[in-house]
Amino acid sequence: MNEGALKELLYKMADDLLILGHRNSEWTGMGPLLEEDIAFSSMAQDKVGQSLALYNILHALGEQAPDTVAFTRHAAQFHNCILVELPNQEYDFSLIRHFLFDTADSLRWEMLTKSTYEPLSLLAKKIKGELRYHTLHANTWMKQLGTATQESISRLQQSLQVVMPYALGIFEPSPNESILLTEGIFEGESALQAKWKTRVEEIVSGTKLHLPDWKTVTPVFGGRLGKHSEHLEPMLNEMSEVFRMDPTAEW
Amino acid sequence: MYGGGNTFEGVKTDSVATEDPVLLAEFEARIARGEKIEPSDWMPQLYRKQLIRMIEQHAHSEIIGALPEGTWITRAPGFKRKMALMAKVQDEVGHGQLLYSAAETLGKSREQMIDDLISGKSKYSNIFNYPTFTWADCCFISWLVDAGAIVNQLANAKGSYGPYCRALERICAEESFHLKYGHHCVIYLAAGTQKQRQLFQEALNRWWPPMMHFFGPSDKISTHTEVLMRWKVKMGTNDEMRNQFLDMYVPKIWELGFTIPDPKLKKNTGTGLWEYTEPDWEEFKRVINGGGPCNQERLEVRRIAEERGKWVREALKSAKTTYVTPLA
Repeated sequence: MNEGALKELLYKMADDLLILGHRNSEWTGMGPLLEEDIAFSSMAQDKVGQSLALYNILHALGEQAPDTVAFTRHAAQFHNCILVELPNQEYDFSLIRHFLFDTADSLRWEMLTKSTYEPLSLLAKKIKGELRYHTLHANTWMKQLGTATQESISRLQQSLQVVMPYALGIFEPSPNESILLTEGIFEGESALQAKWKTRVEEIVSGTKLHLPDWKTVTPVFGGRLGKHSEHLEPMLNEMSEVFRMDPTAEW
Repeated sequence: MYGGGNTFEGVKTDSVATEDPVLLAEFEARIARGEKIEPSDWMPQLYRKQLIRMIEQHAHSEIIGALPEGTWITRAPGFKRKMALMAKVQDEVGHGQLLYSAAETLGKSREQMIDDLISGKSKYSNIFNYPTFTWADCCFISWLVDAGAIVNQLANAKGSYGPYCRALERICAEESFHLKYGHHCVIYLAAGTQKQRQLFQEALNRWWPPMMHFFGPSDKISTHTEVLMRWKVKMGTNDEMRNQFLDMYVPKIWELGFTIPDPKLKKNTGTGLWEYTEPDWEEFKRVINGGGPCNQERLEVRRIAEERGKWVREALKSAKTTYVTPLA
């Protein structure tokens, strides 16, 4: 087992989930209706919980404890894609991000149920059930808002254009792709991306929205290598504000 | 989280005299027998009006109460606290949803209630007009404000209006977890570093006066409305609720070695009642009427959320559906 390649995969997944979970939680008290406050909060809890499960696996592989890893690293040490760190903005932006990310994430976990690395395949079997609700939520809203009023359709369409380059950043090629594939740990980002495109096309075809021509979209990469937007560092500073007062204290 | 102290000022009972005496007698007999009143049952106008007012204030308190704690979700120290606080604040918003539904059974729509909240016509628990400066302030709310709310809500759960009682039973079950969570957070501060202890002591100093206000003006100065007690709308006086809270929680605060900022606070062993410095009721009135440190900010956040979400709510409406005010 190539531990370096495995850790790289686990870190980027864990960081994606922690950061998006954090962003989702920012909808608490701010949702367009109470039911959406509650839904985003549920997904936030799931995602942060899933990230913790992955940091626990990393801890068992010799990395530092989850709290230390999550609350004391700097932005350049995070491997999340840039998509998840962007501020929530309006609900249409958050919804499109949720749809595009969770479609990929549910397929990723589905693929990982077959991973040869048992801690990951066992976790995937549990988590894919949680993801079913996240994609059900996203797809229901895509269908509703993507077919309802002129305003809702145009807002979603505009956010789709804005978010898509970042969404393609989820699949930023990894130098370890072939190792993961050979060892049967993970089928890889390009296989995931292909499945994702099909699924996204399928859902969007049930709405009045249209997808951009894939060939014209330039992916925004860099996140997996620790090159982030200006939004991550302030978010992490806020997240660790209390923890850093005294990292040895128990809270 | 709701203290119930704001509701009962200035109730005009004149309308009771014009109610049908036969129906009124039957209504009162049902309540006296311990039966619950359901949405489609006959009820006096004053009963309906007071219940809407109370349940609505309670619902507003839940969603406004989510704001001072919600701002700490992004700063909660460590996974354990972050996940628990997210779940806790989510519960509060869920309580709001449940309570708006309970109030809707009396004939006022959720939209109208939220409009009245934003315009300042409806009130919410005064305590949420104070800021949460530190993590310890957030812990104070989770433990002690929730504790106060439970005292009030357990009493109200024995009231006469079926939908409100059933909502409260569910709410109290969840609040009891919040209380455990909040107490756990405070125990860690109490048993932690000098800085952590200091954080909570400072929070206690800041929050004690609003906590004493939480249950509403003292019985000496608040309006006594015997009819609302008889109808089991109000289940105990403000001072009774406050005393019950002090009885349950002052010893727990002292046990952790903190000092409550009231030199007169002690239990009178003769009467079994707590004695304390009379809270500043002028401050209470000033804050209720919009003069608190965070009133404007809280309502502004709510107003922005409503405005930004309007297009989503519009997009949920169907041209084929007729929308009516719920049961009235």
